[in-house]
Amino acid sequence: MKYDLVVVGGGPAGLAAAIEARKNGVERIVLIERDRELGGILQQCIHNGFGLHVFGEQLTGPEYAERFINELNNLKIEYLTNTMVLEINDKKEVYILNQELGFRRIEAKAIILSMGCRERTRGAIGIPGFRPAGIFTAGTAQRFINIEGYMVGKKVVILGSGDIGLIMARRLTLEGAKVLAVVELMPYSTGLTRNIVQCLHDYNIPLFFEHTVIDIKGKNRVEGVTIAKVDNNRVPIRGTEVFYECDTLLLSVGLIPENELSRNAGIEIDARTSGPFVNESMETSIEGIFACGNVVHVHDLVDFVTQEAQRAGRGAARYIKGEAIDNGVVIRTVNGNGIRYIVPQKLRLENLNDEINLFMRVDNIYNNCRLDVKLDGKIIKSFKKRKVTPGEMETVKLKKSDLSTYNDCSLSIEVVKE
Amino acid sequence: MFDVAIIGAGVIGCSIARELSKYNLNVALIEKENDVGNVTTKANSAIIHAGYDAKPGTLKGKLNAKGNLMFDELCRELEVPFKRVGSLVLAFDDDEMKTLGKLYEQGIQNGVPELYILSKEKVLEMDPNISDNIKGALYAKTGGIIGPWEFTIALAENAVENGVNIFLSNEVVDIEKKDFGYRIITNKDTYDTKYVVNCAGLYADKINNMVSNNKMEIIPRRGQYYLLDKTVGNLVKYVIFQCPSKLGKGVLVTPTVHGNLLIGPDAEDLIDKTALNTTSEGLNFIVEVARRSVKTLPLNMAITNFAGLRARTERDDFIIEEAVDAKGFINVAGIESPGLSSAPAISLYVIDILKNIAKKIEKKENFNPYRRAIPKFIELSEDEKNELVKKDKRFGKIICRCESITEGEIVSAIHRNVGARTVDAVKRRVRAGMGRCQGGFCSPRVIEILARELGVEMTEIEKDHEGSYILTGPTKSEVQ
Amino acid sequence: MKRHEFVCIMCPMGCNLEVLEDEDVILVKGNQCKRGYEYGVKEISNPTRVLTSTVILKNSYLRRLPVKSDGEIPKGMIKDCVKFLSKIEVSAPVKMGDVIHKNILGTGVDIVSTRTVE
Repeated sequence: MKYDLVVVGGGPAGLAAAIEARKNGVERIVLIERDRELGGILQQCIHNGFGLHVFGEQLTGPEYAERFINELNNLKIEYLTNTMVLEINDKKEVYILNQELGFRRIEAKAIILSMGCRERTRGAIGIPGFRPAGIFTAGTAQRFINIEGYMVGKKVVILGSGDIGLIMARRLTLEGAKVLAVVELMPYSTGLTRNIVQCLHDYNIPLFFEHTVIDIKGKNRVEGVTIAKVDNNRVPIRGTEVFYECDTLLLSVGLIPENELSRNAGIEIDARTSGPFVNESMETSIEGIFACGNVVHVHDLVDFVTQEAQRAGRGAARYIKGEAIDNGVVIRTVNGNGIRYIVPQKLRLENLNDEINLFMRVDNIYNNCRLDVKLDGKIIKSFKKRKVTPGEMETVKLKKSDLSTYNDCSLSIEVVKE
Repeated sequence: MFDVAIIGAGVIGCSIARELSKYNLNVALIEKENDVGNVTTKANSAIIHAGYDAKPGTLKGKLNAKGNLMFDELCRELEVPFKRVGSLVLAFDDDEMKTLGKLYEQGIQNGVPELYILSKEKVLEMDPNISDNIKGALYAKTGGIIGPWEFTIALAENAVENGVNIFLSNEVVDIEKKDFGYRIITNKDTYDTKYVVNCAGLYADKINNMVSNNKMEIIPRRGQYYLLDKTVGNLVKYVIFQCPSKLGKGVLVTPTVHGNLLIGPDAEDLIDKTALNTTSEGLNFIVEVARRSVKTLPLNMAITNFAGLRARTERDDFIIEEAVDAKGFINVAGIESPGLSSAPAISLYVIDILKNIAKKIEKKENFNPYRRAIPKFIELSEDEKNELVKKDKRFGKIICRCESITEGEIVSAIHRNVGARTVDAVKRRVRAGMGRCQGGFCSPRVIEILARELGVEMTEIEKDHEGSYILTGPTKSEVQ
Repeated sequence: MKRHEFVCIMCPMGCNLEVLEDEDVILVKGNQCKRGYEYGVKEISNPTRVLTSTVILKNSYLRRLPVKSDGEIPKGMIKDCVKFLSKIEVSAPVKMGDVIHKNILGTGVDIVSTRTVE
């Protein structure tokens, strides 16, 4: 099988990337999805709040997905569901498996990786205690409830104030469960403020900052969890333990880009994002392999995933048509003070259209600050911010003309308190 | 009426059951859990020890080295993952170098082949990730790693294939002495048998004390472990021990037979035989000790932690003998480490005891020593993959992404002669849910497949032990 | 005089609002912009929310259909609406936007399907 472009993953990133590539003239595209339908995690995110930036309205996850699925169909882009990509290599061969085709090799001119992310588990954060049933990651619980139609528990404690955890606190409550508390290790939430208000405040669910779960009781099913306050080093403080009787513990303790395929293909991974290093076109360290969405870095708004995926789709189209320019001025982005990561990590000036959005996360909460953009140590732009938090991704828009007088150099962004 | 009833289907019970299935005997294998190998067998270091640890003359000393050498053939017959990667005991000072000398001597007396004391330079050349602070190491070429529950499931399947009757979810509540032998009463049924083999692990004392006045006490000794992701599974090439202490063989760092990295255990004597919980103290301890053995320990790649309980007695050796006051009642108790490594030799030892008691037991003519494993789809060649998918479409559908496990494998695990009934039983047989996402993505599908194949509702599917229900009911039914 | 506390959700600032209510007068404190003021007033006079949930779906491989209120519902009626929806059954095929229930509990708001199921 031969295609111009293989898109791995049919969630919001893959859908937008495939559509954008087609609109930019790529003919033979195939999108590969491992689940039984397109849309990815959006299908289980039945709450609203998606699409404000892209469509100017608030859609639910399935609605947001369906708009793209419809467009994909209108553009007659081929796709395979229930199909697993088992391997990708640097020769841009993609090995797939499904029930009809069996195990097949696809040769591609370009590949876009959009596999998304997975949830951090109990094991990864090392909570001690028993290992009963009743411990779920928030996303798994969301799938059980919203798609499979089954409840996961009656009395619930949620560890982590990530968005999925907050959303699930409300969802569980509306389905008749009692959510006793949301417990967050950090002194701030990693979720959006509007979710704290509409999911916790609306239903009087307490949120404890600087607390964590230190023990799980229950040999067969969860019977309770012990939570404790932590000190500045995130170590539980003796004497602050409180036992909560419950049958369920939900974890919303972070997402990890799923890059096993990328790693095995030899793509370089940035330890800060756990995703591939990418350039302005979302191209990875292997020429012709692009990546976008949560596989690159974890986003909090799907709208930004879409924008990033469109950039990857255009990049792949340019590459396939031989229009990408690989020599010329290269600017690398580096973290300044207060910045945890910046994506993309590399800008090839000649490939920029008029402007570029840089995505980044800060390392702490800063009120009334500036984001200073420096090129070669010189401030070229400065953005005032009333508040930045690690829970909300920041974007900085730069014009090509802001950069065009420079040669190869590094671009740093730093948080400056005012 | 059974000839032999084995109480307990851990690695020892299943091993004995398979050995007995070579004879013309009517054998019952009675287990309180809903799966075989579901207590001590499933939570240990998964090591086949070479056999230099135990004092010469003890049962442990006799049976470990002998058992070790039986694994190649057994695992070939049963298609169980087993690798003789070799083991190293590290010494960090002169005293410990002396200990290595003692272990070496013990090993020779116990009949352990291919033991070597190596210099620091040689060790670091063999495995550069081992700590620079060592003085030397004892290298045992026969040390190995195995899938302990896969081994046990395979033994059980092969035993059943050869006529053994298995009764799961049957907890023995009483045993009565009768003229013919014994009547075993469980929470479900009654089993009459001429002979009893007590392999009840942590509860071997309870079973013994039902028939014998020679009371026994099993002390649960807990060990805690961290399991790390496959991306760091090649951190070390060998099973890395430190010098043994009073509490056991110490904290090890080892690759697993599936390519993960395992560290642990600590050793803590308890009273509660169900205390399978990990503690922050225990976990911190094993990490601290394990860091001595290696240059780096990427704990951020941990995917789970767990605890196991070993069945210890004051005798500090295996107890494998007929109870003095209960004829035909054979105890196989106190099988702590190196119990897994000794299991094949223990079975032979038990058969000899039985032969002495029963006098005439005959070998079967049609014993089938082979057990075919469930095909590991991802490891097949391109042509084999396509052939299998053509034959059975369910092999074309990946359910567990992390370990690349197909629906075909899961369905097969459910319909084996000792089939999976729970999510964890599926996991133990085909590794669905064993990977880095820990079943986050595949558990809804595995539950759905189990429910479909077993003809029950999804809400009836349990995670592991009885009572470990996962779903509490359909949505909409609890709305208030 | 009644006193309420809210966190404003109009932007990432998350201002802590103190809203004072006295007969016809509503006073909002702590907001840093006009949108915060409006949010405070709305939260006290007529707080509304979009409801999203699922209903039982028949005749499909999916057991539940996601739905939403096609407009905001008074916050105080959310639970009653959910309870009402728990009795509703829908049969596939359904299209995104199909009205599942008109004018739920007299709110004037319809419940619509948020996806297509063949």
